[in-house]
Amino acid sequence: MHEVVVLSGKGGTGKTSLTAAFAHLAQNKVICDLDVDAPDLHLIAAPSHVRSERFLSGHLAEIDPRVCTRCGVCEEVCAFGAIDRADGTFTVDPGHCEGCKACVVLCPAQAIRFPERDCGVWHQSESRFGPMVHAQLDPGQENSGKLVTLLKAEARREASRRGLDLILSDGAPGVGCPVISSLSQATLAVLVTEPTPSGRHDLERVAELCRHFRIPAAVVLNKADLDEGQATAIETLCRTMDMPLLGRLPHDPEVVWAMVKGQAITENPDSAFGSEVRRIWSWITDLLFNLPARTS
Amino acid sequence: MIVAVASGKGGTGKTTVTASLASTWGRPVAAVDLDVEEPNLHLFLKPEALREENAFLEVPTLPEPARCTACGACVDLCQFKALSLFGQRLAIFPELCHGCEGCFRVCPTGALVPGQRELGELSCGRTSEGLPWLSGRLRIGEAMSPPLMNQVRARMKALVAEEGVDVLVDAPPGVSCPALAAVQDADVILLVTEPTPFGLHDLKLAREAFKPLGRPMGVVINRAGLGDHGVHDFCRESGLPVVAEIPFSRAVAVHYAQGGVVAQMDEAMRERFTRLGESVRTLAGSRKEAAHA
Amino acid sequence: MGPAPVTRIAISSEGPALGDPVDPRFGRAAGFVVVDLPSGAWSYVDNGGSQALAQGAGIQAAEILARNDVQVLLTGHVGPKAAAALQAAGIRAVEGVEGISVAEALARYQQEAGRA
Repeated sequence: MHEVVVLSGKGGTGKTSLTAAFAHLAQNKVICDLDVDAPDLHLIAAPSHVRSERFLSGHLAEIDPRVCTRCGVCEEVCAFGAIDRADGTFTVDPGHCEGCKACVVLCPAQAIRFPERDCGVWHQSESRFGPMVHAQLDPGQENSGKLVTLLKAEARREASRRGLDLILSDGAPGVGCPVISSLSQATLAVLVTEPTPSGRHDLERVAELCRHFRIPAAVVLNKADLDEGQATAIETLCRTMDMPLLGRLPHDPEVVWAMVKGQAITENPDSAFGSEVRRIWSWITDLLFNLPARTS
Repeated sequence: MIVAVASGKGGTGKTTVTASLASTWGRPVAAVDLDVEEPNLHLFLKPEALREENAFLEVPTLPEPARCTACGACVDLCQFKALSLFGQRLAIFPELCHGCEGCFRVCPTGALVPGQRELGELSCGRTSEGLPWLSGRLRIGEAMSPPLMNQVRARMKALVAEEGVDVLVDAPPGVSCPALAAVQDADVILLVTEPTPFGLHDLKLAREAFKPLGRPMGVVINRAGLGDHGVHDFCRESGLPVVAEIPFSRAVAVHYAQGGVVAQMDEAMRERFTRLGESVRTLAGSRKEAAHA
Repeated sequence: MGPAPVTRIAISSEGPALGDPVDPRFGRAAGFVVVDLPSGAWSYVDNGGSQALAQGAGIQAAEILARNDVQVLLTGHVGPKAAAALQAAGIRAVEGVEGISVAEALARYQQEAGRA
C-alpha cells in the first residue's frame, strides 16, 4: 500500500485544490484530510458520514471546589499558567491546561480530578471520490498529532478492508506536530509551493523535515508565472535537495471558480490547468511504482 | 495596544497585512512573528537582526543514575512518555517532554536534574525604519511550537513595557493550540480571509475559536472580487465588521512574489492600509469602552 | 563465563501466526511473536496500543518486550528513540529482517546462533 501526503509548509499555495484533483483522478484509494485543524477537502469531496466518533485524547485537570482547601499548591506547580484564582477560588483554564498531571499528583487535598479530554470528532465517510476519513478538532484543542495518527490508522484499515492500495492525504500547513505525524510511514510527500519569498522559504523547511524523517519528496510549483526569479530559485532548490519538480502550474483564477462550484479542477475536461494536473498525477503514479510499498 | 493578525486558513495574507500595517501605522509599533513553524514576516520587513539566540525547554536528565531508586514516581506522573522504567533502569526521552517540571517535584531523591532541549531560535532586531521586530523559528524536527511562542511572547511583553510601543502580531494559521496562544495577548484580532468556500469555512472556525476570548474582531477580505459572496454574507449575518478589502489583482500577487510590502505598492494601497490602521484602533477603543461600561 | 544464553526472542509481526510476514516496523508493528527457545513455545503479543500513539510508539513497544522478558528482537528498522529504549531495556535488536515470514526469520536466527 502507498501513502501519498500533500504538504506545503506555507498555507494557501493550493494544497487542498490539488489534493481534490488528485482524489478525482486516482483509482482504488482512500482519501484522508489530515488538516484536522482547518479541514477543507470535504467542501469538494462532499462526504456523507457513515460513522462518526468523538476523539478523546489526553486529560484535563478539574478542581473539585468541595474538596479544595485553597492552599494554592496547584497554582505554584503549574508550568502552564492554567490555574486561575478569583476571590480565593481556584479553577483550571482548559485553554491553558496541558494535561500534565503535576497538580493532580501534588495537590495535598487530592482535590483535582483528571478526566479524559474531548477534543473533536472524526468521520468515516463515503465521498464523491470514494471512501474518506476526516475529522474536525474542536477550536483551541491540541494534540492534533494524535488525531492525525488515528485518521491514518483508520484510513489504512479501510483500505485493507476494501483491498485498496493507495491512501491520499491532504496535510496541514507548518512543520510542527500534525505535519510530523502525517509524514510518519508516508511513501511520498508532494510539496506544493509558489514562487514567492514565503513559498520558497517554507518549502525549504518542509523539505528539510521530509529529509529529517527520510520521506521521499517531490514538488509542484503553483502560480509559477508570478515571479521568474523565485521560480528559478525553487528549481535550483529542488535540484540540490534531489526532489523532482513535477510541474509548473499557472496563477489562474480558474482554480477558485472550480472551488466555488464545489468541483475539483480536473472535473472540467476543457481546463488547460486540469490537463497539467493530470500529467503531474501520472508522474506521481510512476514515482509510486518505483517506491517501496508499505506492507500490510 | 496589541493587534493579532490571524486566520483559519493559511495563505490568506496574514503576513501581507501585518507587514503593510507596520509600514503605515503612523506611531511607534513593533512587528512580532509568532508563526514560529513558518516565520515569514522578516522576508518582507527585511529587518536587521541585532540578536539571535537559541531557545530551550527545561527537560529532565539523570546525571547520576545511582541516585535513582527506580521508584517509578516520575514515570507514573509523566503523561507524555518522556520517562520510562525498564526493570531498575530509568530511560529518558527528552524529545517527548512538555516541560511541566512535575518529575523534578515528585522525585524523592532529587536524582532528576533540569537539562535542555533546543526548541529553535529567538531573534530580535529593527527594520530600516527603526521598528522593533521579534521572531521565533522552530527547529526542524521539533514538534511543539507553543513553548517557543511563549518565549517570544515574554519578550514581546518586555518590549511593550520598555518602549511603550503598539504591537502587530503575525499569528500562525489554524484554530488550534498555537493559533490560540498567538492571539492570547491581543486587544484586537484581525481575521484575514479570502472570499472563497475554503476561506469562508475557515473564517467560521476562527470566529468560533476566538469568540470566547471576548476581544473585538474585524475581518480583512483579501483577493476581493474573486470567488463568491459567502464571506460577505457571513460577516453581515454574524455582525463581524469588514474593516478592509484588498482587491484581487495579478499586480498585487506579483508585488508580493517579489518580496514587496503591498502597502508600498502605490498611493492607493498606502491609503487603504492607513485607513485600516485607523479602523483597528477604533475597534480597540470599543474594547476599552466595553470594559469600562 | 560469557553472557547468559538467549532464551526469549521476539519478532515484529503483521499477524498472530508464525506464517505471517515480519512487520518491518518496530514501534508501529501490528504485534510481536514471542518465542521461548528452550521449549519452542510461542505466543503473540498485540501492539495495537502503540500503533495509535502519535509519538513514543517505539518506547511503548520496548516496554511491552521488556515485560515479556525478551532478550533479542528481530525486526526491519528501529528508530532512534526506540533504539534508546531497547538499549535501556537490555534488548538486542537485529535489524534488516523483512520480506520473509516470522517462521523463516526464526529459523534463520537459530541457524546463525547455532553457527556462532
